[in-house]
Amino acid sequence: MKLMQLVSLAAVMSLSLGVNAESVPEDKISTLRQAPLNVESTPPRMQKVMNTDVKQTRNYPMQPPVIPHKIDGYQIDTKVNKCMSCHARNRTKESQAPMVSVTHYMDRQNNFLANLSPRRYFCTQCHVSQLDAKPQVENEFVDIDQLINSEAKH
Amino acid sequence: MLDKLKKVWQVLKRPSIHYSLGFLTLGGFVAGVIFWGGFNTALEATNQEAFCISCHEMENNVYQELQSTIHFSNRSGVRATCPDCHVPHEWTDKIARKMQASKEVWGKIFGTINTREKFEAKRRELAEHEWDRLKANDSLECRNCHNFDYMDFTRQSTRASNMHSTSLASGEKTCIDCHKGIAHQLPDMEGVEGF
Repeated sequence: MKLMQLVSLAAVMSLSLGVNAESVPEDKISTLRQAPLNVESTPPRMQKVMNTDVKQTRNYPMQPPVIPHKIDGYQIDTKVNKCMSCHARNRTKESQAPMVSVTHYMDRQNNFLANLSPRRYFCTQCHVSQLDAKPQVENEFVDIDQLINSEAKH
Repeated sequence: MLDKLKKVWQVLKRPSIHYSLGFLTLGGFVAGVIFWGGFNTALEATNQEAFCISCHEMENNVYQELQSTIHFSNRSGVRATCPDCHVPHEWTDKIARKMQASKEVWGKIFGTINTREKFEAKRRELAEHEWDRLKANDSLECRNCHNFDYMDFTRQSTRASNMHSTSLASGEKTCIDCHKGIAHQLPDMEGVEGF
């Protein structure tokens, strides 16, 4: 009888731990559809884009830096790239914006081009502005230098 | 018939013989009011968005592009129509601009930009005309609504207040120097300063 009690207690505890670890229920992570197919759901409120101009730390290895400002109406097409009017090499002195990295001028064979490489031309393919929204899933990413530092302490 | 015409001509030639001075003065005044009112009403009619987009060139190109911008739909519901930015408010400037615009009637008749391809080919030239105009009048049409004296830098983003409190405040730059392509798509900006 004692054993049974212990086992059931352990089972309950593990279950509750499992529930605590998730901030979003499992069935809601798998789909963005929050209502049955035949029901028109109320869309969630649109979040505000963060416009702080303060650079953010990365959230995972090799993450392209996120855009800390609004980019509404920024035209990026064959005619013009609005981002480059501040972030281009010859514009950063005036704008004080971070310069586009040199890798963006390299083609696949690592040749340096005079202009942005076509494969890196469309900024928003990788760089995105951030919403002022609560993350649905907690990020447990630890950057490599933090990892090395904590290793060194032990 | 000819006699009648002759009579009319005589009256027109020396009206003071046939009509009293008071009648002529008053009549002239009333006619003047009617003419002036009519002229300005017609002028105002050409100063409405409905008139601008009655041409498919305007409706299918620039008007479509305007609709997704903040000058068309926004949180407060104030919107800019075509003439707010493209026609001066002051009467003399307005007449001058209207006379320039007679070239556009020519373009309409001969179909200078009557297809999307033709419009795209001319987009840079047309845009440059507008940039030059706004540069020359210190972005007057922008400032009709966006008055520098009442800008609160503390309510602007950091970047915006930096730019507005330096370059714009000193008069070194004017609105259009930075805010190109805010209401319509930009042309190929090769060689344009700041791009």
